[in-house]
Amino acid sequence: MYKLKFLQITNYGLLLAVLAAFTFAFTNQTIVFAQGPTPTDDEVNRIAKQLYCPVCESTPLDVCPTEACRQWRDLIRTMLTEGKSEAEIKQYFVAQYGARVLAEPPNRLVTYLVPAVAILLGAFMLFRGFQMWMKPSITETDAADVKPAQDPYIARLEEELKKQK
Amino acid sequence: MIANFGYGVLFITFLVTLYSVFAAIYGDRKQIPAMVESARRAMLLTWPLLTLTAGVLIYLLVNNHYEVQFVYEVTSRSMPTYLKITAWWGGQAGSLLFWSWLMSAFASLVTLRKWDRDREFLPWVIVVACITMAFFIGMNVFFENPFAQLYQTFDGVAAHTLRPADGVLFTPEDGRGLNPLLRHPGMVIHPPMLYLGFVSFVIPYAFAIAALITGRTDDRWIRLTRRWTLWAWLFLSFGLVLGGRWAYDVLGWGGYWGWDPVEIAAFMPWLTGTAFLHSVMIQEKRGMLKHWNMPLVILTYDLVIFGTFLTRSGVLSSVHAFAQSAIGPLFFAFIGLTLITSVALIIYRWNSLRSETQMTSLLSREALFLLNNLLFMSILVVCFWGVIFPLISELFTGQKVTVGPPFYERATSPLFATLLLLMGVAPLSAWGHSTVKTLGRAIWKPTALALVVTIVLFATYTQKVGALIGFFLIALVILVTIYEYWRGAYARQRSQGENVFTALWNLTGRNRRRYGGYIIHISMMLMAVGILGIEIFQMETQGTLKQGESLSVANYELRYKEIAQWDDLPSGVNYRRAVLDVYEGGEYLGQLAPRIDYYYDSQQNMTIPGNRSTMRDDLYVLLVDWEPVAATGATFKIYVNPLVNWLWLGSLLFLAGVVIAAWPEKEAERVAVKARARVQQQTSAAD
Repeated sequence: MYKLKFLQITNYGLLLAVLAAFTFAFTNQTIVFAQGPTPTDDEVNRIAKQLYCPVCESTPLDVCPTEACRQWRDLIRTMLTEGKSEAEIKQYFVAQYGARVLAEPPNRLVTYLVPAVAILLGAFMLFRGFQMWMKPSITETDAADVKPAQDPYIARLEEELKKQK
Repeated sequence: MIANFGYGVLFITFLVTLYSVFAAIYGDRKQIPAMVESARRAMLLTWPLLTLTAGVLIYLLVNNHYEVQFVYEVTSRSMPTYLKITAWWGGQAGSLLFWSWLMSAFASLVTLRKWDRDREFLPWVIVVACITMAFFIGMNVFFENPFAQLYQTFDGVAAHTLRPADGVLFTPEDGRGLNPLLRHPGMVIHPPMLYLGFVSFVIPYAFAIAALITGRTDDRWIRLTRRWTLWAWLFLSFGLVLGGRWAYDVLGWGGYWGWDPVEIAAFMPWLTGTAFLHSVMIQEKRGMLKHWNMPLVILTYDLVIFGTFLTRSGVLSSVHAFAQSAIGPLFFAFIGLTLITSVALIIYRWNSLRSETQMTSLLSREALFLLNNLLFMSILVVCFWGVIFPLISELFTGQKVTVGPPFYERATSPLFATLLLLMGVAPLSAWGHSTVKTLGRAIWKPTALALVVTIVLFATYTQKVGALIGFFLIALVILVTIYEYWRGAYARQRSQGENVFTALWNLTGRNRRRYGGYIIHISMMLMAVGILGIEIFQMETQGTLKQGESLSVANYELRYKEIAQWDDLPSGVNYRRAVLDVYEGGEYLGQLAPRIDYYYDSQQNMTIPGNRSTMRDDLYVLLVDWEPVAATGATFKIYVNPLVNWLWLGSLLFLAGVVIAAWPEKEAERVAVKARARVQQQTSAAD
C-alpha cells in the first residue's frame, strides 16, 4: 500500500525522459563536459536526495528507479562537472519544473506557521481548561471534601509497602 | 453470468443494509422491539451475503476470468493461486469490498454479544454500522464494481456492469498481473491488518453515537468498547509496522518510513486512537473528559474513512486528480456528513457530558494524560497539514509543492521527544493529586540512572546531542517502567511471600491493563531505539564497481564478486542477482546478494536488497543499475542502518503487551469493586 504508484509510471517515465532531454537541450546553457573531475555517485545523490521528480510522487530522486529519474541524476552529474553549485542546480530544476521538485515548499513561513499556531491554540485551550477545572465551584465542591483522590490500586500498593517497612 | 450473480448478491446486500438502518430507526422510534430485532437479523445477514460475494470474486480471480475487468487488472496466468486470492485487495474495487466484508464480520460479532443491559444502544449501533457499510457497498455497486465485465462495442473495449446493446463479451488472453510490489508476503498480511484496525475502530464510534443519541453518556459505552478499541489499535499498529517492514524489504530505498501521504493517512487514525486509549482512562477513573472523548472517537472514525480512501486512491496529490475521481467527492461528502451529524449530537448532549469531578493538580495523572492528548493531537495537526498543504497551495496560488520528510521530521521530533518525557513521568504520578515533591521523590532515581546510561553512551557510542537526548529519554522511560514493576513485585514478594518471577507473573495477571500498558511502553522505547538509529546514524554510499573492486562504508568493505541473469519462465520473472563478499575490518563475514526482479506481465522491476542484519546494525545493499553490455560493471548502493533491528524486536514485544492488556479479565469488575470497597474500609478505619 505504501508507494503503490512507485513503479506504475513507466510510460510517464519515458515521456519525462524525453522532456528532460529537450528542456536541457534548449536552455541557453552551454554544456561543457569534463571540466573537472567526474563527481562521485555520493556527490550526485547528496543533491538528488533533496529533489522529487513531478511523476514519481513521494520518491526522492536519489532512490527512484525509473529511467527518467536516472536521466535527472545524470543531469546533476553533468552540472556538477560544469562546476555548478548545489543551489544553482536546485534552482535550475525549480525553474524548469516548478517548486514541486523541492522536498519542502519554498515558502517555509506559511508551511510551519499554520501548524505551529494550531498547536499553540490547542495548548492555550488546554491551559484555560485546566484553569477552569481547578477553580473550585461553590455548588459542586465541598471544601472539606477535597482530599487527594487516590488510585485504589496505588493506595493498596503504598499501604502494603508501608506495612513492610 | 457468474460475475452478474456476484453483482446481484452485492446489490441485495446494499438493500439489506439500507433496510437494517430504516428498521432500526423505525423500531426504536415507535418502540417496536420486533422491528429492532429484524434490523439486527438483517445486519447479521450482511456477513454471509458479502462472504458469498467475495467467494464469487475469488472464484473469478482464481479461474482466470479475464472478461472481468478487475480480474484482468490484478491477476495473470503465471501467478500462483494464493496470490490470485490475495489479489482481492490488490485493486481499488476489490479492497473496498474487502473493507465491507471485514466490517460486516465485526458488526456481526458485536451484534452477537449479550445486549441485556444495554438494549437501548442496539438500534443505534446497528444504524451506524449499517450506514458505514451501506456507504462502502454503495461505492462498489455504483462506482467501483469489481464484477464489471469487458465488452467489445463499436467504440472499442470498455467495462460495463450490464451488457451494452451492441456489446459482445471480450475476454483477453491473459491478465495484466498484480503489481510485483504487492506479491511480497508482507503485502499479503499488511492490508488486512490495517483494514482490521480501520473497521474495528467503527465499533467504538458506533457505541459513542449510540450513547449520544440515547443520552446514556456515562462511561458505559467506553467500558463496552474498551477491548474493541484495544484490538483495533493492535491491528492498526501492527498493520503500520508490517507496512514499514514491507517497505524496508521491497521498496529498496533503505528505510521503512518515507512520510508519504499514504503512510500518513494510516498513521493519523493511529494518533487519535492512541490519544483516545489514554483519555478514556480518565473518564473511567475520574468521570472527566466526557466532552473530549466523544470528538476524539469521532475524529478517529472519520480519519479511518479518510485513510481508506487515501490509501486506495492517492487522489490528494492534485486538485485535478481529486475532481476527476468519481469516488473522491463522495468520500468527502460522507466524511463531512458524519462529522457534522456527530458534532451536532455532541452539542445537543453538551450538558450531560459535564465532568463529575474537579481537576486538583497540574501534575496529577489525568492532567498529564491531557498533555499526552495535546501532543498526539499536535502530531496529527502537523501530519494533516502536511498532507493537505499541496492541495491548498495549488488551489489558492496555483503552485504545486511537495511536502516531504524534512518538514515532518523537523516539526514532529520535538513533539515526539516531549511525548517520551511524558511517558517517563506520567506512570509515577497519581490519579487526582500529585505534587512536585511526590513526583520528584519517585523520579529522581530513574533519572539519575538514565543520566549514567547517557554518560556511558557519550563515552562509548556517540557524541551527537540529538541522539544523546533521545537515548536519555528512552532510558528514562524504560527505567521508570522497570521501577514500577519492581515496586509492585516487591510489595507482592513481601506480602504474599512469592518469589520474584511468581510475583511479576501475578502482578501482571492481576492488573493486565496497567502492566500490559507498561510492556507496550517498553516496546515503544525499543522501537524508538531503532528509529533513532536509522534517523541519526544511517550512512550510505554508492559506486559502480568492476568485478573484484570494492566499496567501503563505515567499517565494512564490500567486494563485487559476480553477477548472473536468468529467466524463470513459469513465474514470468527475470532475475538479475549480484554477489558481494562482505568484510569488516578485514575479517570475512559472508556474502550478500542484491537482486533486480523484472516481471514480464506487469513490465515492472522490483529491487530486492541483500541485507545482513544484527542487533548492532543492518548492512543493506541494493543493485541499482547494471549494464548488460558492459557486463563487468554494476552500480551498488550500500546503507548501514544502525540499531534498526530493535524496531522489529520492539514491535513483537508490543504485540505481547497489547494481548496482555486486552486479554479478558475474569470477573474483572467484581474484583475491582472488592478492591475499591477494601480501600474505602481502610481509609475510613484510618480516619
